[in-house]
Amino acid sequence: MKLTVNGVNHEVDVEEDMPLLWVLRDELGYKGVKYGCGVAACGSCTVHVDGVAVRSCQTFVGDVEGAEVTTIEGLGQPDALHAVQAAWISHQVAQCGYCQSGQIMQAASLLAGTPAPTDAEIDEAMAGNLCRCGTYPRIRAAIHTAAKSLQEG
Amino acid sequence: MSRIGKIARRSFLIGSAAVIGGVAFGYYKYRRPHDNPLLSGLGEGEAALTPYVLINAQGITLIAPRADMGQGSRAVQAVLIAEELDVGLDQIKVDPGPPAKAYYNTALANEAVPIPSTDHGTLASAMRGTVDAAMKFMGMQLTGGSTTVPDGFEKLRVAGAVARETLKAAAAELAGASTIGMTTRAGKVILPDGRAFTYQELAPVAATIDPVTDVTLRDSSEWRLIGKPMQRLDIVAKSTGTQAYGIDFEPDGVVHAALRVNPRKGGGVLSFDASAAEAMRGVSHVIPVTGGVGVVADNTWRAFMAVDAVEIDWGPAPYPAAQKDHWQALSNAFDGDRDSRQRNDGDVTTLADPITAEYRAPYLAHAPMEPVNATVLVTQTRADVWTGNQIPRMTQASVARMTGLPADDVHVHIQMMGGSFGHRLEDEVVKRATELAMELKGTPVKLTYKREEDTAQDFTRPIAMARLSGAVADGTVTGMDIRVAAPSVMDSQMAERQGLGIPGPDSTIVQALWDQPYAIPNYRVTGYRAPRLGPVSSWRSVGASQNAFFHEGFLNELIHSAGADPIEERLRLMTDTPSRKVIEAVAEMASWGGELAPDKGRGVAFCLSFGTPVAEVIEVTNTNSGIRLDKVWVAAEVGRVIDPVNFENQVQGGVIWGLGHAINSEITYADGMVEQENFFDFEGLRLHQAPEIAVRGLENGAHVHGIGEPPVPPAAPALAAAIFDATGTRLREMPFARNIAFA
Repeated sequence: MKLTVNGVNHEVDVEEDMPLLWVLRDELGYKGVKYGCGVAACGSCTVHVDGVAVRSCQTFVGDVEGAEVTTIEGLGQPDALHAVQAAWISHQVAQCGYCQSGQIMQAASLLAGTPAPTDAEIDEAMAGNLCRCGTYPRIRAAIHTAAKSLQEG
Repeated sequence: MSRIGKIARRSFLIGSAAVIGGVAFGYYKYRRPHDNPLLSGLGEGEAALTPYVLINAQGITLIAPRADMGQGSRAVQAVLIAEELDVGLDQIKVDPGPPAKAYYNTALANEAVPIPSTDHGTLASAMRGTVDAAMKFMGMQLTGGSTTVPDGFEKLRVAGAVARETLKAAAAELAGASTIGMTTRAGKVILPDGRAFTYQELAPVAATIDPVTDVTLRDSSEWRLIGKPMQRLDIVAKSTGTQAYGIDFEPDGVVHAALRVNPRKGGGVLSFDASAAEAMRGVSHVIPVTGGVGVVADNTWRAFMAVDAVEIDWGPAPYPAAQKDHWQALSNAFDGDRDSRQRNDGDVTTLADPITAEYRAPYLAHAPMEPVNATVLVTQTRADVWTGNQIPRMTQASVARMTGLPADDVHVHIQMMGGSFGHRLEDEVVKRATELAMELKGTPVKLTYKREEDTAQDFTRPIAMARLSGAVADGTVTGMDIRVAAPSVMDSQMAERQGLGIPGPDSTIVQALWDQPYAIPNYRVTGYRAPRLGPVSSWRSVGASQNAFFHEGFLNELIHSAGADPIEERLRLMTDTPSRKVIEAVAEMASWGGELAPDKGRGVAFCLSFGTPVAEVIEVTNTNSGIRLDKVWVAAEVGRVIDPVNFENQVQGGVIWGLGHAINSEITYADGMVEQENFFDFEGLRLHQAPEIAVRGLENGAHVHGIGEPPVPPAAPALAAAIFDATGTRLREMPFARNIAFA
């Protein structure tokens, strides 16, 4: 089966119903994508499929053949940050950090469609992303900062 | 693999001797301004030699032996060393180091003695010294009890200063000069004539001379780092998906394992049929483990699927099957002997017109975002364990016992943790992974718990019940009698599972009840130990997490009955000055006392836990769709804020932790099994329920205290008081969502 991740083509020999999460982590080594719940209840595994945020733990790999998959590693790198990652760093959002890949991917997807979200729009978009450390005040602030920086270019 | 982990533990304990071409600096006992008589009785030879600084050809590595579960402890420990060592945070690596007695936790003694944390008198210090000596003897290298900063505040700065002065002496030897006039900056010793040596250049010489142990710590006015906003060392990695956690560790040749252990925790396996699982793609082994069955496969998901396909007939639970019987056991405990009575002021037996209430707190899971996991490799001659946990020495002992290897041949490599909240004070996952690895010698086995398994097998916060009575007169609170029953965390966690039984009462049953700094004239606290029920463990803020709800919830009821103001009455009763100041601060932050709209309510609560007094005010609105949390104000006294950014984040996170569970969460048993499975029925707080949280750190106290846990306890009672103010509904049982709707 052919898979495109962060612009790189991969060939994998796996069951069609294997969740994309485990293909990314165990077969291809994209460890930035995290396993938290396996049932789309926490958002830690969020990636983009053709630019839209999805829960990779509930996405069969067979359903994304031919699609463009983007993981946190493809969004930006330490020396070439995406605006959302830069905002996450300047607000020092992370504590344990385990959920933050998913939070960042969800926030990037939100801002791609809603460049200047209100607090209510942030609440709605981020409701599926759980953070047990309680970094929510900083997540909210970082999304507003990222929105501003994206709009200013 | 951790670079430091490769270095034999013995080399570390030599101290200043050469370590692979470099030098490791220790912490040497030096003259303290207030010598503790019992500590000095230990004898000079017993002073701890605890190495924290390693300089070799590869660079400068600071050892941060307290585990990082997300609270930022690695960065804080590095800052304390770097402050005196004069290195930039961009010039160092930080490593958790190997398990070693030398890294014992001194500050844990503070919570283990029956003396209020506000008492710094001679007797109190002497008793803490006795317990500290015991901790030192046992080599309790444990992260918990909000002790990383109290334990390291002096010890880590001294380690930095010893290293710095020794490097100066090495420079003197190298240059044939005196140390007088030498300065240090950014990893270099600079001579008066302008010549400079890097620390790495000096390391080989420093390794050959006696360390300079007569050091003076710098005055706070000279600090470059402490107290200034810092960037956490891991923040870029954690914002780019490049931070590796235990679950991401995969050595060459690794195989992936999953397991199911009897959901009736501690029960056995009657029989199992793994024929379907064995036939599944990628499955290589099915291996019985203690209380369950493990499956080994070539991929985590295949292991998960296969283990679910094993048909297992479980034995009964060694505790009551139904939740109502757990509550009955607590109720019955009040009729038995008391476990402790550490406070009995005045006479509560003759209170006039007593007001009474019963409060309850549920079992709660820890549920950090990263499920527990461990990778274990066992060979004929050694064992290696890669896992994230808070008890590396106990884990080393567990694996040594199981494999029959000497402890020195068991190498525990502590990994970054995706949260813990007390979950990783347990090492069952390592024990199960070791059982699998012993069957597959020479192959590294990575065991990952499914979320459902993590929830089902969690050793929870205990359930607790309080029966309270009190009295008011002339607009004041005059009496409070608190009786609390709970199963013992210390018995379940330390005696049952680690074989480290501690005699005497369990101080966590009455934690943050008996030592609150209130001068209520008639004031008594009695603890009752319930029998063993579902296995329990330490959960962020431990006994304080439920006891502050009982104490402050009921105190708010009494103050209301007295017709007094909850801030003013607390200030009137308060006996401890730093505690008084947090209440004054939070009242000022929240502009307490102003008029509120009719649909709004406010509440306040206070708790002194782990030596840190915290006061919180919460404001809510009673909307058509339920209670909405608008804003929280928090004031906390820690003696010294090391990093204001991380401090604020920890306080906000602690408040959200307290609120989320108070509102939404509980663990219950049916048929001996936990009824909740995953984050859809055990989630804590989500972003849409999270209020704005304003934080102020105070530095009035003379002693340094931690902040990881103390913001948790006041959150639930402050919210209950705010809801009462807005609605007239008094909440005496968590989770609150059982009895009132939230927006």
